[in-house]
Amino acid sequence: MRSRLIAFAAIAASATATVPLVAQTPPQPKSAADGIAEYRKMLEDGNPAELFEAKGEDLWKTARGPKNATLEACDLGLGPGVVKGAWAQLPRYFPDTKKVQDLESRLLSCMQSLQGFDAAEIAATPFDKGEQATVTALAAWISSLSRGMKMALPQKHPEEKRAYELGKRAFFYRGGPMDFSCASCHGEAGKRIRLQDLPDLTKNPGDGVGFAAWPAYRVSSGEMWSMQRRLNDCFRQQRFPYPGFASDATIALGVYMGVNAKGAESIAPAIKR
Amino acid sequence: MPDPMRIRAQAAGDKTTVRVLMSHEMETGLRKDPAGKTIPAWFIQEVTAQLNGKPVLTAEWGPSVSKNPFLQFIVKGAKAGDKIAVTWRDNRGETRTDEATVS
Amino acid sequence: MHSHTKTSNVDRLKETPMTNHLNRRMALARSAQVALMLGGLGLLPRTALAAYPTAAFEAKTIPDLMKALGAGAPVESKDVTVTAPDIAENGAVVPVGASTSLPGAKRLLLLVEKNPSMLSAAFDVNEFVEPSFTTRVKMGQSSNVLAVALMADGRVLYAQKEVKVTLGGCGG
Repeated sequence: MRSRLIAFAAIAASATATVPLVAQTPPQPKSAADGIAEYRKMLEDGNPAELFEAKGEDLWKTARGPKNATLEACDLGLGPGVVKGAWAQLPRYFPDTKKVQDLESRLLSCMQSLQGFDAAEIAATPFDKGEQATVTALAAWISSLSRGMKMALPQKHPEEKRAYELGKRAFFYRGGPMDFSCASCHGEAGKRIRLQDLPDLTKNPGDGVGFAAWPAYRVSSGEMWSMQRRLNDCFRQQRFPYPGFASDATIALGVYMGVNAKGAESIAPAIKR
Repeated sequence: MPDPMRIRAQAAGDKTTVRVLMSHEMETGLRKDPAGKTIPAWFIQEVTAQLNGKPVLTAEWGPSVSKNPFLQFIVKGAKAGDKIAVTWRDNRGETRTDEATVS
Repeated sequence: MHSHTKTSNVDRLKETPMTNHLNRRMALARSAQVALMLGGLGLLPRTALAAYPTAAFEAKTIPDLMKALGAGAPVESKDVTVTAPDIAENGAVVPVGASTSLPGAKRLLLLVEKNPSMLSAAFDVNEFVEPSFTTRVKMGQSSNVLAVALMADGRVLYAQKEVKVTLGGCGG
């Protein structure tokens, strides 16, 4: 597997090698990497994620569920109702649930305790159906209020440190029919699948890359993807069984990647192929 | 009730750039669902816009416009405070109108 | 950035999510009936009465499309611009634009040559809008994208650009 990925990278690298310019010849065609960068830039203005941000804000402020309450008292780590900057510090430990929780997990807690929804039922609902769509829209809006801020996940509480170590172990855990791990694709710098550069998630891959680029609107499916959805798809691509929604393993992976991305500027919600 | 659009209208001199994001499936009618049944065509056919009630834009779209469509057009003679209203109508006859203020 | 729906403040106070939904459905049904009535009396603006140009949107070749639009054969022109990326990372969303520097354009069209039907979008040009429109289209495969300007004097001018469509990542 690893040698195949390196071969892909080599082929792609040679395809993008530029020819030296000679005066009086027409301008050289853009490299594939430049072409992709231009395409992404053209999509930046007018991200359909904005449609989900608007929905999310509405859902936060609307009384819903069996208890007919809003989510405005929900504590995302910075105090009840404080949304700005909360995304950049998640996942983190919460004293009331005594757990390290990511955004989606915390939304389940709040939707249950404040609004009376059944968290387990939402976790079992397919993505984009029913209250899962609510969680996704909320994630889009909440993350938008940390846009431009630097990832700063806390690592003070022993549970937060334990989650980091668990996440690291999960990241390097090889399994499934193809013997993949997250590290197979994201464990080294300079890797590529087709035209996608694969960020090295064992380190800080830079502003707006990797953990700092999700949630994101996926143009290929026309869907808004939360981090939980993105992780779910990673597991699918590795041919692993699907993880439980907001399970300990997925939260731990979020801690590992998020802590590694400390200082990276968040661009969420972003737009992706 | 269709979801609201996001409309931004920014004036620069005599030209106001209007950017719209619409929430719509834009189903071509060429896709099949997992059971093999054709998913019926469902797409925006007409987009119109008005500046302070005066029609300024008429566009006709086919199903190949992308899902959750984006549209940019430039209106002449608008100024900050003016109202831009955008309406779409799809092949099912559903319609949505949203309004924004030129900034 | 502000978007507001056309609902009065008084109506807002009376709305619960349920009655809101019902009221809007009733309002839509009522307005559809009113529209039919007004249409019959010839009192609706042109856009509501004009038939959707189905033949144009089903045309599979440029000659068929021009015939459906009542236009002549297109001629390449430096005064028409098609804006599109060289490579689209995914064919589901390709940003494209059509514009012309010439006065006297009546309509601007966006075509994707290799799509099942070529015409993606048609924009009327009038004194209130610049002849410059941008949207995003689905492309089934790498193809030429064309911007076509239908001029008031009958000329049909176009510009084209090849857009390569790729499939990224682990297969979409």
